[in-house]
Amino acid sequence: MSAVSLDHVTYTYPGASRPALRNVTLQIAPGELVVVVGTSGSGKSTLLRAVSGLVPHFHGGTFAGRVEVGGLDTRAHGPGELSAAVGTLFQDPETQVVMGTVRGELGFGLENRGLPAAAIARGVEEAALALGIAHLLDRPTDELSGGELQRVALGAALAGRPSVVVLDEPTSQLDPVAGDELIGLLRRANEDADTTIVLAEHRLERCLAAADRVLALDAGTIVCDAPPTQFLDWAGRSAPSLQTPGARLLSALGVAPAPGVKRARAALRARGWLPDPVQGASPANGVAGRRRRRGWGRGAPGTAAALALDGVWCELRSGPAILRGVSLTVAPGERIALMGRNGAGKSTLLRHAAGLDEPTRGRVRSAGRVALLLQNPTDYLVHERVDHEAAPEALALVSLAGPEYAERHPRELSGGERQRLALAVVLGPADEPAAVVCLDEPTRGMDRDRGQELSGLLRKLDAAVVVATHDPEFAAGFAQRVVLLADGGVIADGPPATVLTGGSYFATETARILGGAGGALTPAEGAALIAGAPDHSEVLV
Amino acid sequence: MIYRRRASPLHSARAAAGCAYCLALALAGLILSDPVALGAAALAVIGAAVAAGVGRQLGRATLFALPLAVAITVINALVTRDGLTVILRLGDLPVLGQTDVTLEATVYGAVLGLRAVILVLCGVLYTTAVDPDEVLRLFRRLSFRSALSATLATRMVPVLIRDSHRLADAQRCRPGPPPSKVALMRAACSGVLDRALDVAAALEVRGYAAARRQPHSREARAPYSRHDLAFLASSVAVLALAVIARATGLAAFSAYPSLHAPFGPGVLALCAALLACALAPFADRRGVRA
Repeated sequence: MSAVSLDHVTYTYPGASRPALRNVTLQIAPGELVVVVGTSGSGKSTLLRAVSGLVPHFHGGTFAGRVEVGGLDTRAHGPGELSAAVGTLFQDPETQVVMGTVRGELGFGLENRGLPAAAIARGVEEAALALGIAHLLDRPTDELSGGELQRVALGAALAGRPSVVVLDEPTSQLDPVAGDELIGLLRRANEDADTTIVLAEHRLERCLAAADRVLALDAGTIVCDAPPTQFLDWAGRSAPSLQTPGARLLSALGVAPAPGVKRARAALRARGWLPDPVQGASPANGVAGRRRRRGWGRGAPGTAAALALDGVWCELRSGPAILRGVSLTVAPGERIALMGRNGAGKSTLLRHAAGLDEPTRGRVRSAGRVALLLQNPTDYLVHERVDHEAAPEALALVSLAGPEYAERHPRELSGGERQRLALAVVLGPADEPAAVVCLDEPTRGMDRDRGQELSGLLRKLDAAVVVATHDPEFAAGFAQRVVLLADGGVIADGPPATVLTGGSYFATETARILGGAGGALTPAEGAALIAGAPDHSEVLV
Repeated sequence: MIYRRRASPLHSARAAAGCAYCLALALAGLILSDPVALGAAALAVIGAAVAAGVGRQLGRATLFALPLAVAITVINALVTRDGLTVILRLGDLPVLGQTDVTLEATVYGAVLGLRAVILVLCGVLYTTAVDPDEVLRLFRRLSFRSALSATLATRMVPVLIRDSHRLADAQRCRPGPPPSKVALMRAACSGVLDRALDVAAALEVRGYAAARRQPHSREARAPYSRHDLAFLASSVAVLALAVIARATGLAAFSAYPSLHAPFGPGVLALCAALLACALAPFADRRGVRA
């Protein structure tokens, strides 16, 4: 029997003009780890919500076909009854946690099922141990970090040992470290307990190596259903934006794409383009002359800085120091990516730059207005019409001018459009230009196409741009300079080719595959590096 | 001002014992009327909070409660016409008319204010020392969804406070004139509704809509710990003392027409017993865990 079965499912949200799912038929076997991919609006979330029973019971709308999960027909059984068979995890950990303590949270679903107290206690204990959160059991949920909260939410989803777990971009709000940890935990749940995992994710490079099968959706239809390697092959031909950077690197070299860094390296090594690891070659020794600086600099000498932070401290009244003497100078027109794990101080630094917070010690100077776009663009949108939100020239800059947008309600726009509109709001009118534009994690939950669109848009700005991001691929494409923060201090500051090749978490997939050779960050750079070497083996030797 | 697990006997006691203890202290504040006995009850609450490690939270709450007590005192002094000892003649005031402030009305107002302070402090002690999740479990047999709604409302408060701070920050980032208050209110309401929808979806997939009663099982019940027993016994003792004092007139107090508050060894013994009963459970810290 299939763990999940969809039979000719077509679904339209209430008030929507076209279906979110069109005639979807699919079977998922018990114990499979399935990754669902597609651009924003392709129907990934709707598919997951159909499996968890929220579609149609919670959302309403028009539903045709049949979905069965663990033998239960979702037309007859609502999400409450299905919760014993399906655990669900959404994007935002904040709104999934409903109880005051971690112990209460893990036990909540079990209590709803009417299990005896002893069974609940055991379920809570096992989920906490499996996810490594036993030390958090008596902590209040509102004290936890985003990564901890998402682990707790996953624990709550797994506590009843459901046969199926569906996850809708669970790593989108996490830093690379917490995101990788979460994927590792899912893999373990899949291997140890034979749990069927259905995971929608944009950052495929993170999870594809663990997947048994990939489903690609486009406009509510399944356009590819294949194992990861075949999916990458298909994506290279039909949907390049869905390819992982590693697969693009291999495709550019004429090699069949392989999921994951390890297999990509093996494919290159098999052709003699990477040395054997036992030879102990040092990636840092390779082709120094090929490193490109891509315009990195801190402005010409004597040029006034667009923004200067001078020994800035942020010390909480009754808590730790969030920023510890940060000094940073941003040249006019410079594009900087600010990276670091959650809690490193990125957002706090941007808040100080924009004057939302005052440093407890140190000084912030700017050559003009500092515009700041915080993490949630919807917070900026308070009017009833798009053209009432921002100046016409700012709307034109973000491609939201014109009658097709003017009268629309800002909350009706897509996620990407909303973000562009919020950017137009903070950019302000032409007579009040910003000297620096700061964006706090603008690529959260964005697919790669939209990330590139945003990168292109930011490149058009005359102002200096500082973007806090967890996405090394975005940083590699956008930034002239990368500043890496940890524990409130700057631990690396330099051109992307240097900073984004020196590690594992804050490195692009290309850099990880090539071991940082030649400072190549993008697939194109990596391919050029390898193809340009007279003897390919010289790349890393 | 929310619950945090701490290494104290009160935090280690089950929610039923914690609830009973806070309720007993609050009832003592309502039953007793003698200012000295009420003072002892207030001291008992403060002592319990300090012993439970939530003294700072209680201190912050007192800053809000004291003006309330002063307001009650002043209002009672101004509007009550009873009492024989005039201490201030304010003459003919608008709305109030001829106003003479009496010592009796002022003292009685202060007693009412002290009661209000005790009730507020008991509420703070309950909020900071009794696990709301356990309270939910306690009341789920009576009305699970009502209890959950109440718990969720409490849980959503810090989330919504953070949302409002975020919204305010976003508005500070807007160049030009700020948007109208109506527009802001509309945006805030939309945000709250979005939040509510997300939480509702999370509740659905966790089986809230299909919630079933837990089976009763004697074996499944956790045995009463020393702290459970101590706080339950303390609750009974505090309540009994208050009722006995009231019934026997041991701490009788009347304000009108003139003040009558007998003060003697009996009242002192009552106060000492009240403090001892209320604070005794904190003496035993065995088995306490953070």
